[in-house]
Amino acid sequence: MNSPLLDVRDLVVRYGPVTAVDRLSFTLDAGETLALNGPSGCGKSSTALAVLRLRRPDGGKVRFEGRELTNLTERELRPLRPRMQPVFQDPYGSLSPRHRIRDAVAEPLKVQGTWNRTDGPARVAELLDRVGLDPSYGDRRPHELSGGQCQRAGIARALASRPQLLVLDEPVSALDASVRAGVLNLLSDLQDDLGLGYLFICHDRAVVRHFADRVVEMRDGRAVPA
Amino acid sequence: MSSEALLSVRDLRVAFGPVEAVRGLSFDVRAREVFALVGESGAGKSLTARALLGMVPRGATTGGRVRLRGSADLAAERGRRITLVPQDALSALSPVHPVGDQLAAAVRSVRRLSRGQARARAVAALDRVGIPDAARRARAYPHEYSGGMRQRAVIAMATVNEPDVVVADEPTTALDEERREQVLRVLAEQREAVGAALVLVTHDLEVVREHADRVLVMYAGRAAEVGPSGHVLGRPRAPYTAGLLASLPQDGPRRHRLPALPGTPPAPDALGPGCAFAPRCPLATAPCRDHEPEARTVDGRLVACHHADDLSDPLREFV
Ligand SMILES: Nc1ncnc2c1ncn2[C@@H]1O[C@H](COP(=O)(O)OP(=O)(O)OP(=O)(O)O)[C@@H](O)[C@H]1O
Ligand code: SF4
Ligand SMILES: [Mg+2]
Repeated sequence: MNSPLLDVRDLVVRYGPVTAVDRLSFTLDAGETLALNGPSGCGKSSTALAVLRLRRPDGGKVRFEGRELTNLTERELRPLRPRMQPVFQDPYGSLSPRHRIRDAVAEPLKVQGTWNRTDGPARVAELLDRVGLDPSYGDRRPHELSGGQCQRAGIARALASRPQLLVLDEPVSALDASVRAGVLNLLSDLQDDLGLGYLFICHDRAVVRHFADRVVEMRDGRAVPA
Repeated sequence: MSSEALLSVRDLRVAFGPVEAVRGLSFDVRAREVFALVGESGAGKSLTARALLGMVPRGATTGGRVRLRGSADLAAERGRRITLVPQDALSALSPVHPVGDQLAAAVRSVRRLSRGQARARAVAALDRVGIPDAARRARAYPHEYSGGMRQRAVIAMATVNEPDVVVADEPTTALDEERREQVLRVLAEQREAVGAALVLVTHDLEVVREHADRVLVMYAGRAAEVGPSGHVLGRPRAPYTAGLLASLPQDGPRRHRLPALPGTPPAPDALGPGCAFAPRCPLATAPCRDHEPEARTVDGRLVACHHADDLSDPLREFV
């Protein structure tokens, strides 16, 4: 059997004296959705940050595509970063207000050095189309889009670097029901087409039941029986 | 119906300059009932809630009529017979005064009581909403309370004078599921304890299903459907209500496609002449784009839709 896409063992995250994540373990396969569910403050977002190595864990191991991330330097992490991408809750806050949507989506390509002037714009248009945004929206800035459109732009940006893992931190919590359904459908389609693994953080049980293959129920930084 | 009405609202309008955000709402709230105003962001729920108390933002103009039974001057009843739990709950508490003092001041603003008596009422109100060690906590400032306790204190503030109507604007939106249930429980208990009606503003249909006797489904500043919440949510007759219900995640096969409505709710300055829902409505026909439908009684509730009579089960059109 192949190793899982993501393998988290005994993860610990501390903020000073406070232990936010306390020996948490789970695995996630490609093409699968694992939800982290629990009340606010239970350690869901701290887990997300540690998995993405936006914060160095205080204990335990995170393996991604078979590689142990825990002791890698920032430079060693750099080639892995494009393969694990975050999508955050606030659809407006996660995109720079000054940048046009097409520049926000192009940025990861530029950072990665895969941008070139001939195919770049077409790739951006393809990504916007992929998430159900007419490419003409590329000219707009975030505040000229609705919440759902903005969330789609954030997903397009996350997809630009061809990730295997999306860490989705409350991606639909700020959206109205009628718009939320569209974004959930989009995430389902992308997973089917691209085989993405989703670490899906969400406090809404009905959404979790609808969307996740498996659920880790969290309380006070630990997994508890559902 | 109006003979039973405690609060009666007729053709309520709220506008900013030439742009109307609330466009002619009429409804009655009966004594001791839970009446929900439900709709998506920007529908005009908060403006409606504030208009019920005569507290619209600066620059807004209002039209229509709001009457509270047995009262000639609604403004005089604010904070007394009718109170608001605002969407931004913290704005209801002053950061620079102890919570108990604020409650006592609210009591003394409507009743001639001694400081000691007002204080005792304030402590009792905090105790009723489940603040532990209420006498001591009454001396603390809002920032010394946890988020959940502050929310309870705001509810205590809105119920301390035993009003007839409490208007609560999204009292649970920022909370996780556990806290949401707690706050709704506290609200329900207080409503029972003081015998008030509750106007519950929310975008959450599950909250409406669980807690409301009757519901007004609001879209673009108007009522799409008004009636008993069991009826309206169990068997919607307005296409918008049906579309909203269909887009909720259900227990069913995992990851089945949710029937999403195309597009987003319209901005108040971008409305055409027809039904405001027409650009997103799969059932729209030519007349829908030309004339806004009037509300009429269909199947025990009010429905504003040109096709309310020919569509006995619009939910079927979405799933
Ligand atoms: N002070 C204001 N000046 C101009 N427009 C306003 C003002 N307040 C509200 N509006 C507009 O009126 C409409 C209704 O706003 P309202 O706050 O009542 O919506 P809501 O239904 O409460 O939404 P939410 O669910 O986001 O709280 C919106 O389009 C809003 O942008
Ligand atoms: S009036 Fe027409 S557009 Fe409006 S809800 Fe009814 S069918 Fe849909
Ligand atoms: Mg509001």
